[in-house]
Amino acid sequence: MSGQSQRLNVVPTVTMLGAMKARLVGATRGHALLKKKSDALTVQFRQILKKIVSTKESMGDIMKTSSFALTEAKYVAGENIKHIVLENVQNASLKVRSRQENIAGVKLPKFEYFTEAETKNDLTGLARGGQQVQQCRAAYVKAIEVLVELASLQTSFLTLDEAIKTTNRRVNALENVVKPRLENTINYIKGELDELEREDFFRLKKIQGYKKREMEKQLAASKQFAEDQLAEKVSLQKGVSFNTAHNLLSAGAQKDEDIIF
Amino acid sequence: MAGRAQIKTSSSALIAMIADEDTVTGFLMAGVGNVDLRRKTNYLIVDSKTTVKAIEDAFKEFTTREDIAIILISQYVANMIRFLVDSYNNPIPAILEIPSKDHPYDPAHDSVLSRVKYLFSTESVASGRY
Repeated sequence: MSGQSQRLNVVPTVTMLGAMKARLVGATRGHALLKKKSDALTVQFRQILKKIVSTKESMGDIMKTSSFALTEAKYVAGENIKHIVLENVQNASLKVRSRQENIAGVKLPKFEYFTEAETKNDLTGLARGGQQVQQCRAAYVKAIEVLVELASLQTSFLTLDEAIKTTNRRVNALENVVKPRLENTINYIKGELDELEREDFFRLKKIQGYKKREMEKQLAASKQFAEDQLAEKVSLQKGVSFNTAHNLLSAGAQKDEDIIF
Repeated sequence: MAGRAQIKTSSSALIAMIADEDTVTGFLMAGVGNVDLRRKTNYLIVDSKTTVKAIEDAFKEFTTREDIAIILISQYVANMIRFLVDSYNNPIPAILEIPSKDHPYDPAHDSVLSRVKYLFSTESVASGRY
């Protein structure tokens, strides 16, 4: 029986009952709060899911546009432009910075990109196709913008997923383990206390009955005594004792020498 | 919690890339590329001669580097090291699968998107909308 085994090992006293009740109240409140948190997270989670799906789909278009811009640039500026670009890499001028957003106690990272130094490769495409190169760069920066947004959504998605799992686990643990255990303990203590009370009551009853019987016995004895005394008194007043009178009568029934007539 | 990485707020981070030459060129033009003092780049150009081992190593290196926040990986490259990408599930750095020019983008292969789609469909079925 899981109900019996699932209780805390405590001494059944009134103090313990109070403590258990306080703990049960605490557990109930915690459960309600965690449930709320889980709901809030789930709402956020759904919003992020929707955004991820739409952003992923728009990402395809943007990547297509930027690839096209690159092809254009390559066509105009010549195939060797990529070698120039690849050779000119030094420090990243476009970086990401992350800040945190707090949703129901869960910290979600939010990325945002920023350009640090002036854009490099300024001489790229100086001879020809400079405009296309600039356009291509703009297209790729735009792509980065979308990708960075997508990355923060994706990170939030993973973090939230984890957080929701943990919260739900806690909610379930409180609901299915902690609370029943406390309730069982409270029931057990109540049962034990009732048992004690019944025992006490029975003992009192027993003693009461014993006393009553004793009292009755005494009462009867004293009544008998009083009656006897009364009878004696009356007989003294009349000058005869009931006993002697009785004897006289009974004696009169017999032949008495002294009685003449 | 054990699985949750600490997120730095102040410092700036890089975007890493594992992609074909054209895509990398485009992003380098936008100014993402970085070469550090030891001549280590934050991008890997994948062509027909690149081995899967090299891609794996690059992926592992990028995921463990602390100054990288986002990793862009071409989907066909991701397919080559699918087991690695699927087993990776830390929030930071975030892995993004991007389409490349010669390979059409297939949303079904994306590890995150497939999960999103799965959750999305179950959720929308459960809530009865969308």
